[in-house]
Amino acid sequence: MTAPLCIGFIPLVDAAALIVAVDKGFATAEGLDVTLVREVSWSNVRDKLNIGLFDAAHLLAPVAIASSLGLGHVKVPIVASFNLGLNGNAITVSPALHAAIMSEIEGDSFDPMATALALSRVVAARRQSGAEPLTFGMTFPFSTHNYQLRFWMAAGGVDPDEDIRLVVLPPPYMVDSLANGHVDAFCVGAPWNSIAVDFGVGHILHFVSDILVRAAEKVLATRQQWSEKNPDILAALIRANQRAAEFIEHPQNRAETAGILAQPERIGVDAEVIRRTLDGRLKISPDGTMRESSRYLLVGREGAARPDQVQAAWLYAQMVRWGQATISPEAVKIAKAVFRPDLYDAALGRGGKPADTPDAVGAFAGPAFDANDIAGHLAAFKIGRRQS
Amino acid sequence: MGAESFPKESSPKIVIVDESPIRAAILEEGLREAGFTGVVRISEMQSLLARIYALDPDVILIDLENPSRDVLEQMFQVSRAVRRPIAMFVDQSDAASIQASVDAGVSAYIVDGLKKERIKPILDLCISRFNAFSKLQDELDRAKSALEDRKVIDRAKGILMRLKGLTEEEAYVLLRSTAMREKKKIGEIAQSILTASELLK
Repeated sequence: MTAPLCIGFIPLVDAAALIVAVDKGFATAEGLDVTLVREVSWSNVRDKLNIGLFDAAHLLAPVAIASSLGLGHVKVPIVASFNLGLNGNAITVSPALHAAIMSEIEGDSFDPMATALALSRVVAARRQSGAEPLTFGMTFPFSTHNYQLRFWMAAGGVDPDEDIRLVVLPPPYMVDSLANGHVDAFCVGAPWNSIAVDFGVGHILHFVSDILVRAAEKVLATRQQWSEKNPDILAALIRANQRAAEFIEHPQNRAETAGILAQPERIGVDAEVIRRTLDGRLKISPDGTMRESSRYLLVGREGAARPDQVQAAWLYAQMVRWGQATISPEAVKIAKAVFRPDLYDAALGRGGKPADTPDAVGAFAGPAFDANDIAGHLAAFKIGRRQS
Repeated sequence: MGAESFPKESSPKIVIVDESPIRAAILEEGLREAGFTGVVRISEMQSLLARIYALDPDVILIDLENPSRDVLEQMFQVSRAVRRPIAMFVDQSDAASIQASVDAGVSAYIVDGLKKERIKPILDLCISRFNAFSKLQDELDRAKSALEDRKVIDRAKGILMRLKGLTEEEAYVLLRSTAMREKKKIGEIAQSILTASELLK
């Protein structure tokens, strides 16, 4: 069989498995004839997936959940059967904000609690002096970036809706906006943090893996209806992505992977910058300071590709915490059911594997996440916009 | 006609967000002809939300090639940066409208309170103007590439005439028959002759 498929993606490093699956021939080997379409906005990816112009898409994990719940847009049930990446974002701040935080910090600058508390002192001082509130950029209302920024600063006592401005910015505009002072900081995926550092206009303050040990970032999304009609094609697509993820994670293949992703019609940035992201070895300061983390971006290792329903529940809990969704047992069920480890296991002919850790999220603050008691879990957090 | 059905005082304020000034102008003209007089164009994407809030429009139209579409999604949220939440025109039953607008390459955001029947003609007009624009663009591109092809073919003919002592017509016949045999365009064959002659220089 040869199944023609049209798949949308945003040029980010966490589309790696999908791009390599196609360009390295893993998809063809599975009998798939995939056309990748590079898109400019998550809204476009979502809409084109929803109306069937795309068969599948590289999608923000929270958008898959929001779409299935009908939040912010038309309700279209989506299935996430392959997790394209865990983590991979970073928080970058302007040199001025970096200096301000560092002058207030008590403790280790890689400790997110220390930086969040320092930020709250910076925010308070600005308020007292009558300065404009700080502006933080992120990529989409329903994005991990939004929730990671909010989770981090709220832990230090900064209310993201009251004390600062949080604005959506398309990733390609992030670096310019930081350089010309339209934002003071942003949370975005690779390669944009590294580009800001390379241009000397930003410091990487945190890898988001400092904030959450595991966070589902992008998924391979398909319409539920399509998935039910085309189970064999979906299984083949999962296998092709799994092969690609395994290929990418092999250190020996990193250079080749970076070369594939750097192509102008794919991500279109310098292969060396992509390589740093894949290796988790990033320049974090314009002075050349490097930082290494084995958890910066997980494409296939440590079971990253298998959708985890606890992750889906955590994302839904953030929507509730920040007033994007109301809490209900049905909604929790729908949100969890978006992530389909069963389809992943079936495609690869594997039995299910038990959850790795008691807390599959591993947040730096607050109690361990309990997917079975979201209301109870959220009650532990003081700052939030929960609707009653 | 349109001016009567949409008297000036109740004409909704429409903002067009488009980095292509020609397309935005075509759209604005169409809207004005249909009696929508309150049309403002934004082509600068910096601080887009602030600009939009200052204008306080009823309808926002944006082209789908514009990454700033994601910025507009923020208008659905309630937060400090966003003072007036926006509702999407398209409702659950309106898949055909979304399909048509995505196909055409335009999207509409509507501020709560404007009646659906007021929006429909605006969106329909956008879709037809966007389609007309892309047809125009296609024709332009085709004309451009036809011109390119002709230049390449002329140069290839010249090479064949010089190297093989052919007349212009014989050179053209050779190009055409080769193209037919290889199931390629004449322009492609001509281009490969140019490339080969560069290499063999």
